[in-house]
Amino acid sequence: MNRDDALLEIDDLHTHFVGEGEPVRAVDGVSLRVARGAITGLVGESGSGKSVLSLSVLGLVPPPTGRIVSGRIRLGGRDLTSLSQKELRHVRGNRVAMIFQDPMTSLNPYLRIEEQLGEVARLHLGLSRAAARDRAVEMLDRVGIPDPAQRIRAHPHELSGGMRQRAMIAMALLCEPELLIADEPTTALDVTIQAQILELLAGLRDERGMSILLITHDLAVVSAVCENVYVMYAGRILEQGPTREVFKTPAHPYTLALLRSVPRVDRRAGVASGSHLLKSIEGLPPRLDAGPFQACRFAPRCDLVRDACTRAEPTLELREGRGRRCVAEPDELR
Amino acid sequence: MSGIEIASLVAGLLGVGATAWLSGRAARIVGALCLAALVFGLTRALLGLAGAGGLAAGLCALAVWRFPGLVLRRVAFAVPSLVLLIYATTLLMYKAPGNPFAGERAATPAVEQALRAHYGVPESATEFFAIYLRRLVMEGSLGPSIKVQGRTVEELLLPALPVSMALGLLALTLACALGIGLGVLAGLRPNSAVDHGSMALALIGISLPNFVIGAVLLIVFALGLGWLPVAGWGGYPHVVLPAVTLALPYAAYIARLARSGTLEVMQEDFIRTARAKGLSEPAVVLRHALKGALLPVVSFLGPAAAGILTGSFVVEVLFGVPGMGQWFVKGAINRDYSVVLGTAIVYFTLVTAFNLFVDLAYAWLDPRVRDAEAR
Amino acid sequence: MSAPAANGWVRLRRNRAALAGAAVLAAITGLCFVAPLLFGLDPHTTDPAARHLGPSGAHWFGTDALGRDYLSRCLVGGRTSLLVGLAATVTSVLVGVVWGAVAGYSGGRVDEVMMRFVDFFYGIPYMFLVILIMLLFSETARGEPLPVFLALGLVQWLTMARIVRGQVLTLREREFVQAAIVSGAGPVHIIVRHILPNVVNVVVVYATLTVPAVIILESFLSFLGLGVKLSWGQLVAEGVAVVNPIQSYWWLLFWPSLLLGATLLCLNFLGDGLRDALDPRTRT
Repeated sequence: MNRDDALLEIDDLHTHFVGEGEPVRAVDGVSLRVARGAITGLVGESGSGKSVLSLSVLGLVPPPTGRIVSGRIRLGGRDLTSLSQKELRHVRGNRVAMIFQDPMTSLNPYLRIEEQLGEVARLHLGLSRAAARDRAVEMLDRVGIPDPAQRIRAHPHELSGGMRQRAMIAMALLCEPELLIADEPTTALDVTIQAQILELLAGLRDERGMSILLITHDLAVVSAVCENVYVMYAGRILEQGPTREVFKTPAHPYTLALLRSVPRVDRRAGVASGSHLLKSIEGLPPRLDAGPFQACRFAPRCDLVRDACTRAEPTLELREGRGRRCVAEPDELR
Repeated sequence: MSGIEIASLVAGLLGVGATAWLSGRAARIVGALCLAALVFGLTRALLGLAGAGGLAAGLCALAVWRFPGLVLRRVAFAVPSLVLLIYATTLLMYKAPGNPFAGERAATPAVEQALRAHYGVPESATEFFAIYLRRLVMEGSLGPSIKVQGRTVEELLLPALPVSMALGLLALTLACALGIGLGVLAGLRPNSAVDHGSMALALIGISLPNFVIGAVLLIVFALGLGWLPVAGWGGYPHVVLPAVTLALPYAAYIARLARSGTLEVMQEDFIRTARAKGLSEPAVVLRHALKGALLPVVSFLGPAAAGILTGSFVVEVLFGVPGMGQWFVKGAINRDYSVVLGTAIVYFTLVTAFNLFVDLAYAWLDPRVRDAEAR
Repeated sequence: MSAPAANGWVRLRRNRAALAGAAVLAAITGLCFVAPLLFGLDPHTTDPAARHLGPSGAHWFGTDALGRDYLSRCLVGGRTSLLVGLAATVTSVLVGVVWGAVAGYSGGRVDEVMMRFVDFFYGIPYMFLVILIMLLFSETARGEPLPVFLALGLVQWLTMARIVRGQVLTLREREFVQAAIVSGAGPVHIIVRHILPNVVNVVVVYATLTVPAVIILESFLSFLGLGVKLSWGQLVAEGVAVVNPIQSYWWLLFWPSLLLGATLLCLNFLGDGLRDALDPRTRT
């Protein structure tokens, strides 16, 4: 990926949760780029640190224990990590918007949709109540909510799951942000609604050139809409590259294992050829509060583990637009 | 207790309980009828038989058609409950040793019969109940006081009611303001000096009977500093000590509730969303957190009001406030049945009305409840 | 014990305020029940010559209007208050738990009817009920603890019933209960073996918080002249009654208030600590 057309650049970010004893290293040295006008996927299991990473961008890691310890986050060249809370508030909801996993709990159940959307427009765009309302209605219409002038008076519980998520997306788009961070936007929804939401997100990219960082644990979602993918595990990126290539020829045992564990209708079990059975990954992810890692994080669960893996953590090799953090040869991964 | 009395009590209890079985439509009708009966009794004295009857009938029709289900269902429950309360209280008073006419002077049976006939206090509880109820509904009157010569209960209670209500409302407002203010602050800064300090104060507030706190305040502010009057009622200064005394324990409870409510709400996902939209911290708290945080306080307001009415008995005696509490206590000790029943009715009505108001407020605050109630 | 409960006790042990409260409570209880016997204290003998004396070497807490030793009266009065508190709470727990469990488990109409019953009593200010019940007893019987704690217990069970019902309702929907039903267990068996053990936590918490409420109610009764003959509430009420601008008998109000307040404070600390430790809903 060309450095020039990256909207969001995360360089060697470390976000820890500090308490008594060893800190929890939720994000342990992650570098990531979201290109302009593209959907970039960040995939990983729960506990991999992907949500913490997304919260770090907007400085929303819960205090007092959560802190960005080191690293840089740049949005269109501007360093977000050096901004004060006041300045960050101008960015939130305005230049960078975020939507969350469960729209039922992420929307305020006590306020009408009108109130929740309107306040963003009033805050960042200085619109009057009436003008903000009109803009909100317009946006609800754009995200595909039928009869938006009526719906806007509703409370979240009066809408279906899919419509709530659309409303959240509308809320995020009100100020025409450059970057949309979507943290598991489809996880809490039915499969058919999932497809609609993904279509909506793809539409935003195609028609408005929106840049999206899409965080998910679902490989199918990634392959459906993301141009690029980062595979995260235990606070580190293990593999990155164009989605199609990574999924076709994974270059890391973890990615391969993930792909193998996804059921597919059109093949005998397992995406990667050569296996007939759904293979789950044995073992559990490592603890993040045991100090810096001296070995490969995935080694205890890896089929291709060897001596070199336990002596030092592999560095990220970048080649031809793809990256991998593994000492094994790509040919070994079949 | 005679068989009839026991049977009536049980029937009454079942009847009150059975109001829960009414379907939506039936509940509306029963509620409207009860409301009509209430209105009839209240306006009978003013408008006469025909006037009150017409008004009641009209209101009944309007209620069935237009009034919210919550209100009607509550009335359908409250009116039978009130009737049951009157009956049970009558029974209790009749069963208590002694009677109103066994005064200092020994009364001959003939004199006692005459007195009983005059005041409408027959030997049997059930007869008394029938007389009382009839007089209540048909004449809208609470009857003559047995111990205070020549006065009806209304005449005795009417001047006392505004006093008690003023005291109670003021205390409730004070309790809310102080409690919510401190509680929310504490919840926003858990484990800080503000938190520990206000929660310590709150604990002390509920660890002493209110009259002890009242006595201390009395000693310091009235006897010691002389800023406030010691007792009596007559102007703004007189209201301060009793109201504060009544309010403090409830302020303490409310502070604790507000604190835990705030703590819980601030953990919710939608608070994170509000921050992600760029709202400043005060805006997040005031616009998004407050409504949810105060819901437990609102549910507590019903019992709080009932508790304040209870506590007011003691506070009124302590500060010599001429409210309803002293009438009840006097009536109970002197066996003035009509006064006791009169205060019972007034208290019950106040508490029910207040609880209804609180439930309506809760529904207004939490739209999910509103829709559930509407069904 | 279920796993969350076991953790709860560990958590409680770490709560220093609650432990301190328990220790002080034990000390006060010990003092009230044991010290008078140990030191031969006498709360009843009157001595007209020694009226209204302030604290001194002979009378650590001073004397009252009839010359009785106040220290003895405070300690012996404490016995009554603590006993009444305990007895009324036990009564309210017994009635409330049974009522709430039956209502919650039966659900549907039975539940609604039973809870309407509770709602009915809730609409009546409880002092009202208590006073009326007290009046059922003759003047002489009234000074005894029995009528008082009956009256108080009969009023406090309402709250306990509501809480237990809520818990039971939630528990009834849980899988382990559904499994028991499906395997043919009868309702009594299910309630006793599966539901009640999980309700115990909540009951313990609120019982601990009921005791101070009852003791305060008893003091209200004493203030109105309807309380037990010799209790903290009675002493405090007498202390308040003699407050006047001319002569200050501060010790009459001070000592029983101190003991009463300290006891209630400890109970509240303990109750709070128990609630933080055992009640799953309050966990952050």
